[in-house]
Amino acid sequence: MTAVIDVRGLNKNFGRVRALDNLDLTLDAGEVHGFLGPNGAGKSTTIRVLLGLLRADSGTVRLFGEDPWERAVGLHGRLAYVPGDVNLWPKITGGEAIDLFASLRGGVNPKRKADLLERFDLDPTKKTRSYSKGNRQKVALVAALASDVELLVLDEPTSGLDPLMELVFQQCIREAKDQGRTVLLSSHILAEVESLCDKVTIIRQGHAVQTGTLAELRHLSRTAVVVICDGEATSVASLTGVHDVHQDGDRVLFTVDDDALPAAMAHLLPLGIRSFTSTPPTLEELFVHHYGNGVRAAAGVEES
Amino acid sequence: MNAHTLAAPPVASRVQHHGGNELTGTAGLLRFALRRDRIRIPAWALGIGSLVGYFGAVVPLAYPDQAALQTRAEIMKDPAGALLAGPGYGLDNYSLGTMIANEILGMAAVASALMSVFLVIRHTRAEEESGRAELIRAGRVGRFAPLTAALATLLVANAAVFLVLSAAMLANSLAVADSLAIAAGVGLVGVAFGAVGAVTAQLTEHARPASGMAGAVVGLAYILRGIGDSQQLGGSTLSWLSPIGWAQQTRAFFDLRWWPLLLCVALAAVLAPVAYILAGRRDLGAGLLPARPGRASATRFFVHPAGLRLRMERGSIISWCAGLFIFALLTGSLGEAIVASFEAQPEMAAILGMATTGDVLRGALAAFLKYFAMAVAVYAVISVNRLGKEESEGRTGAVLSTKVSRQGWIASALLVTVPASALLLAVSGLGLGLGALSTAGGESVVGEFTAAGLAFLPLVLCFAGAAVLAYGLHSGTWWVWVLVVASLVVGLYGPALNMPDAVLDAEPFGLVPAVPSVELDPVPLLWMSAAAVVLTAAGTAAFRRRDLEA
Ligand SMILES: Nc1ncnc2c1ncn2[C@@H]1O[C@H](COP(=O)(O)OP(=O)(O)OP(=O)(O)O)[C@@H](O)[C@H]1O
Ligand SMILES: [Mg+2]
Repeated sequence: MTAVIDVRGLNKNFGRVRALDNLDLTLDAGEVHGFLGPNGAGKSTTIRVLLGLLRADSGTVRLFGEDPWERAVGLHGRLAYVPGDVNLWPKITGGEAIDLFASLRGGVNPKRKADLLERFDLDPTKKTRSYSKGNRQKVALVAALASDVELLVLDEPTSGLDPLMELVFQQCIREAKDQGRTVLLSSHILAEVESLCDKVTIIRQGHAVQTGTLAELRHLSRTAVVVICDGEATSVASLTGVHDVHQDGDRVLFTVDDDALPAAMAHLLPLGIRSFTSTPPTLEELFVHHYGNGVRAAAGVEES
Repeated sequence: MNAHTLAAPPVASRVQHHGGNELTGTAGLLRFALRRDRIRIPAWALGIGSLVGYFGAVVPLAYPDQAALQTRAEIMKDPAGALLAGPGYGLDNYSLGTMIANEILGMAAVASALMSVFLVIRHTRAEEESGRAELIRAGRVGRFAPLTAALATLLVANAAVFLVLSAAMLANSLAVADSLAIAAGVGLVGVAFGAVGAVTAQLTEHARPASGMAGAVVGLAYILRGIGDSQQLGGSTLSWLSPIGWAQQTRAFFDLRWWPLLLCVALAAVLAPVAYILAGRRDLGAGLLPARPGRASATRFFVHPAGLRLRMERGSIISWCAGLFIFALLTGSLGEAIVASFEAQPEMAAILGMATTGDVLRGALAAFLKYFAMAVAVYAVISVNRLGKEESEGRTGAVLSTKVSRQGWIASALLVTVPASALLLAVSGLGLGLGALSTAGGESVVGEFTAAGLAFLPLVLCFAGAAVLAYGLHSGTWWVWVLVVASLVVGLYGPALNMPDAVLDAEPFGLVPAVPSVELDPVPLLWMSAAAVVLTAAGTAAFRRRDLEA
């Protein structure tokens, strides 16, 4: 089965600015894929290339196995796009804007539109000029989610949504996933990515520095352990893969590489564990790690 | 939640969705564009049609017999008349028809050209600039669909102009074929310049310079045919370099020929593919030139709101300066010819509303200076109206949330508009003076006219003040434009059409002393200055009282 999105060695320059630098990105059908990176990393640029709005300088870009620059129209019937900043025409209503976008994709499911309007609590009879930022965003979201498409391309789709609407959005994405749709979700909201995405790609300066499932990414980072033992727990420091050991009262704290965790447990067990907590790295820690230090990140395991 | 009642995954629809080409979605976009323009297109068409309708109603009153018509024809034989009007076919037997063909066709063609430029750019580059085109193009919409829909809208709009104009002419019982030729000429000039707009829309990242470039081409076309027509009766080679000239070369109501209109069609047929080629090669939202990195930090000058304003308006001020200067230089250089014809026929000057006593050259040029002041008034209103655009696009709130006060914000706008208006007036006078210097006049004429240009500043600032008031009241800018256009129409056509004295006397540009041909009387200028101050203050006060829109 061909991947829904398959990008290899993609380069894109804007004049002298190198926006994308040998970018790779693969999405299989039915996958919800988080697309993360610091501001200016090239997420939106990648998405615009995927939509055939920008022309790649070099590299291969395949959407459903076809070139989006050449076959944009046919492909657009199979996807829906939501940008992070939605600008609408003044003097038309939100409902009209939704119908316009949906009809440009080949039609809207009226029942689903009504359902989504209700869930997103959006009044479609208001003129777009009077919409708040969040409500403009909802217009694009409803139009995208109400369309019968296989792929959702979402570029910071929830910017400006309130927390309640954020939950509605997450529920909608889960439903989309249950229906077998594929989702590319660029986002700065880590909790959203953590709760929705099967896989994540982190890009930095136009290059993918990490790709994998969240578990795989965690694997690359260390688990933090706090333990209280009868014996001298600081002795774990002698094991390879154990770092930053220090004592705080009767608690011993250290971090451990994922694959050294069993050995550390085996070492601690005979010492009489009274309390043990291990905290896998949060997504946030992963990001600080990857966003903040490109050199270390690039030295890590590359995408499969 | 009723997620499970939702439609099944749409894999089955894949086949039906497949395919499509570069034009897919054009019909939908066209419908949408027509809907958005449902007021604008009829308004332009009626506006252009009413120009002719009005002319048809007034000419029989102003020129009751053939002798009266012939006095007007004499003016049009003159280089100055030809410069402003047309090539002058049928002057020996002037009639309403030949008059419309010679004098109104050019103006109507400029109007339809501007309508077309704005229309095409509004539906192409402006949509890209706003980011809406991205959402549209992410749908099943081909690369060329937005451009095609814009060009189709262009055809619809010019067809509307054609129909209304034909109706207006036929209502005046003019010959059918010639009437249709004039209406078709106006519509096809619109189509040709719409194609120019389609090309310039591909060149720049922003809509405004794209409109500016295409608008400059319209102006150039008018000047080219003006010079060409003033060189010889029936036009010279230069007239044939201009699409507006082509429409006038149909010789309607004199010796009708249709083929010059094919040149308009041919121009559009050449330019449209260029626009398509450029559109097909570039990224959405991109211009032709790649973006260059700019300054990392602002200059001290730029961080002041007026500096920001000047930065945003710099390009347009330079374009206005260049355009007015060139036109003024050309007009001034015709001074000698104008003087010669006025000396032969003193009654002509009176009909043009020009002084007949004293220095005829200075009198004629002073009257022309009035036309330039009208253009500067248009600039001043556009410049102030930028405040409204800033606000509706949501940038004003960010500025007003800083230490900048509301009156400070308006003042910073005027800090650009006022000196720029003064500059444009001075440049117009300078151009006229320099042009006249090369033919007649003596050296003092340069300084005199530069200063004379500035005499119009209080009046121009009254229009700017009206625009400030419109902004402050949030009333919409239409009534300011009504004032501007009414003043222009009365000022340009009033004397020729024997409008009532009360109307002529109220025409503001005529109230400004026509220095240097007459003594400078400071009283009207003081009144105008006071009016400008009152309007601006009222506008500022109103702005301080109202809600910010966005
Ligand atoms: N039209 C353009 N012209 C010039 N440079 C551009 C253009 N579009 C994007 N860039 C540059 O390309 C780089 C990638 O931008 P992009 O918008 O893809 O980032 P992003 O990852 O989406 O960031 P954010 O998280 O802030 O949305 C940036 O350095 C940006 O300045
Ligand atoms: Mg982005």
